[in-house]
Amino acid sequence: MGAISGMVGARIKRREDPRLITGNASYTDDFKFVNMSYAHFLRSDYAHARIKSIDTSAAKKHPGVLAVLTGEDLKGKAGEMVAVPFGANCIIPPHSAITSDKVRYVGEVVAVVIADDRATARDASELISVEYEELPAVVDIEEAAKGLPALVHDGIPNNIGATLEFGDAAKTKEAFANAEVIVEQRFNNQRLAPSPMEGRGCVAVWQKGEDALTLYTSTQIPHYTRTFLALTLSIPEHQVRVVAPEVGGGFGAKLNYYPEELVCAYAARKLGRPVKWSETRSESLASMIHGRGQIDYVRIAANKDGTILGIDITAYQDIGAYYQVLTACISALTGLMATGAYDMPAAYFKVYNVITNKVSTDAYRGAGRPEATYFIERIVTLLANELGMDQAEIRRKNFIPKEKFPFATPVGLTYDSGDYDIALDKALEMFDYANMQKMAADARANGRYVGIGMSSYSEVCGMGPSKGMFTSGGWESATLRFEKTGKATVFSGASPHGQGQETSFAQMVATEFGLDYNDVIVKHGDTGNTSYGLGTYGSRGTAVGGAALAMAIETVKEKARKIAASMLEASEEDVVFDTGKYTVKGAAGGKSVTIQEVVFRAYVNPFDGIEPGLESTRFFEPTNFTFPFGTHICAVEIDADTGEVKFLKYVAVDDVGNQINPLLVEGQVHGGLAQGIAQALYEEVVYDSDGQLVTGTLMDYTVPNATELPHFELGSTCTPSPVNPMGVKGVGEAGTIASTPCVVNALMDALINTGIKDIDMPLRPEKLWRAIHGK
Amino acid sequence: MKRTITLTVNGTTYTRDVEPRTLLVHFLREELALTGTHIGCDTSQCGACTVLLNGNSIKSCTAFAVQADGGEITTIEGLAAEDGKLHPLQEGFWEEHGLQCGYCTPGMILSSEQLLQRNPNPSEEEIRKGIEGNLCRCTGYQNIVKAVQHAAKNSAAKA
Repeated sequence: MGAISGMVGARIKRREDPRLITGNASYTDDFKFVNMSYAHFLRSDYAHARIKSIDTSAAKKHPGVLAVLTGEDLKGKAGEMVAVPFGANCIIPPHSAITSDKVRYVGEVVAVVIADDRATARDASELISVEYEELPAVVDIEEAAKGLPALVHDGIPNNIGATLEFGDAAKTKEAFANAEVIVEQRFNNQRLAPSPMEGRGCVAVWQKGEDALTLYTSTQIPHYTRTFLALTLSIPEHQVRVVAPEVGGGFGAKLNYYPEELVCAYAARKLGRPVKWSETRSESLASMIHGRGQIDYVRIAANKDGTILGIDITAYQDIGAYYQVLTACISALTGLMATGAYDMPAAYFKVYNVITNKVSTDAYRGAGRPEATYFIERIVTLLANELGMDQAEIRRKNFIPKEKFPFATPVGLTYDSGDYDIALDKALEMFDYANMQKMAADARANGRYVGIGMSSYSEVCGMGPSKGMFTSGGWESATLRFEKTGKATVFSGASPHGQGQETSFAQMVATEFGLDYNDVIVKHGDTGNTSYGLGTYGSRGTAVGGAALAMAIETVKEKARKIAASMLEASEEDVVFDTGKYTVKGAAGGKSVTIQEVVFRAYVNPFDGIEPGLESTRFFEPTNFTFPFGTHICAVEIDADTGEVKFLKYVAVDDVGNQINPLLVEGQVHGGLAQGIAQALYEEVVYDSDGQLVTGTLMDYTVPNATELPHFELGSTCTPSPVNPMGVKGVGEAGTIASTPCVVNALMDALINTGIKDIDMPLRPEKLWRAIHGK
Repeated sequence: MKRTITLTVNGTTYTRDVEPRTLLVHFLREELALTGTHIGCDTSQCGACTVLLNGNSIKSCTAFAVQADGGEITTIEGLAAEDGKLHPLQEGFWEEHGLQCGYCTPGMILSSEQLLQRNPNPSEEEIRKGIEGNLCRCTGYQNIVKAVQHAAKNSAAKA
């Protein structure tokens, strides 16, 4: 692909928006089919209980009910749910779409009612009588890892589903033996509910004459879902079509295959009627995957001059009751990013994947990296405090130097490219660091609680390559098709849901062919018209999906030039392309043909020896992951009377490589910041000691509103990635990953005179007030 | 027992028989096929279902359709002009990248519409306060604030 030019790099407003701002977009629940029926799921009220009996007879007799299904009805007909194992000793317990022997978390599906309408299905579900024998709930992660107070699954001793290790234990031990300073701290990375504004939902349609299934579903991974449906329902994969229409946010939680999708598909085939299910918010909070849920015991070894010698982490990852699709891999991402942006000789990370009586954790914005960045950015600040060093200087001293890239980390990754100093310098300048430090010190001297925090992160994005994602693949597909009339259509295997690739991909094609931007459209999210794609997650949409499109553009351009050369009766080498036209190099009189003329010729009267048509499907396999980085700095003040937090300033400098559309990049950063700050200050999934979900509605689970988030000042630096042709790195998770430790560091700085070193997130007003008043 | 209700939505009058327990949002979406109004929660927290009833913004997931009997409702589908020209708020959201997945956007726009009707020139703080009943998970709100400011400025320029 040629140099970034033309529309690429421009702040183009989104072409997705007109339909979304006028109410003309179609989300899953907007679809209606003739003879459509509705599913309502009956869910467990208990965290852990044996099912003694289920009586569905009254529900079945209720007028308007088409079917009531339990786990017994599905046995041998609809297979187990899907989970990707990770780690040599990983044990994946059986996971049925509808449980029949035991319930293992509040919200687990016990039965489903299919009825003529939504309300009837719900009414009838209340007539199902389930007799439970309550069992001790396994809630506390560290207790659970000792097998206490019970085992969640009989075959999993001590509730430990896997133990993963990264780095070198012996070398790390030696580093600690030689250290002049050791700082240690336990960090709790609380469970979060991803809470996309649109919950899950699906409509399954069985086409009897074709023996084919179409599932409309709110997913980030339509092709994977198709494969999973085929495998678990024994329908040939090419007889399954999955459509992800407009998707109202995913954040990783829709990177999954859920029991409800399988059950609706099964029921649609069984009943010969379309079956719809739309999640309520309370169902969502109880049964959509959660994120985070990790406890980290962290030790860092250093010399007195601040040189970091090594880091040692023992972690406990709360898996929940079952593994969802990628659950087993998430804590691995923490281990792989355990050394962050720093060059240190030794590191060791050990994590226990612990099974508990809660809903599964899985990928949530950042997936494993926020946990790593949280503990390393917190412990580096604690180390700076211990040594009396400036928190910017300790970071600068230990950064991986620019000239060491590509850089092999002690935990087994190779970072692609980076220049961490420039991002730090820019952030310090934008923040006006020296003056703000003085302001904070003066304020504290006057009894105010003002603090400054920072975090300098490095993260891993652009999931693949396949060799690093051996159970799923890490490539992406794209098709570029010129239509006969000179319009271009892109079909992407990625499945964006708010990231804006309908715009950025169109920008790429328009730029490369000199087309009117409005003559390019981008289709995605339908296995019926796209080549197999792995979907949108891990900030891979542009870094991998965009790169596949760049390859397709190259292939089409080469062929177009061949046709143009024939049309111009010139040799291919003499034909140049510029602003939508092919011309003969140096030819007087400007003999030229437009791209539209070339396209028309390709379809109506192709030259001998040139295959008709003008389109290309390419699959891009990256050579490595990408590693965006940056520095965030913020200043906060805690109101001593109420414990409330006010942001005085928030500066984010992110380096995500080249940017196709900076407007979209900024939007992604803003959203990420909101989620990361929310973890620091507000959000927490709470289960009580019986495993009851306390945060079961949005009245209890605090998704922050506009008054609770600050104004952000953004900056960027640009260090292109060498692993894809566009030099992009990925931006969806950067804000989330960087902001949580940045905010907590600032709050702990504001509390520095209290002597408290750490408070478990979220740092809600009450906790801060107690810290200030010693209560 | 169904009840007969008559209401005007985006200028068109409808008479329908509904179950008394039918929520207004279900009535709009499923009876009238106006699916631009979304459902995001069960407890009135998220505001995705916000519509205007007799000029006041309400959350249609916690109002019964029968309560709107005789009323005038504006949904997102009724905001642009008949010739398709976008409402200043719609323009603002588009110009300022005030949405990503777009799910909360209709409700966000209708809440903002009420805000601007009451306060045509709100400060950033007033805007944030004005939309605090609407949750967005994508934008971090900053661009939504800018979108409302954009609309306020453009409405003022035209007035």
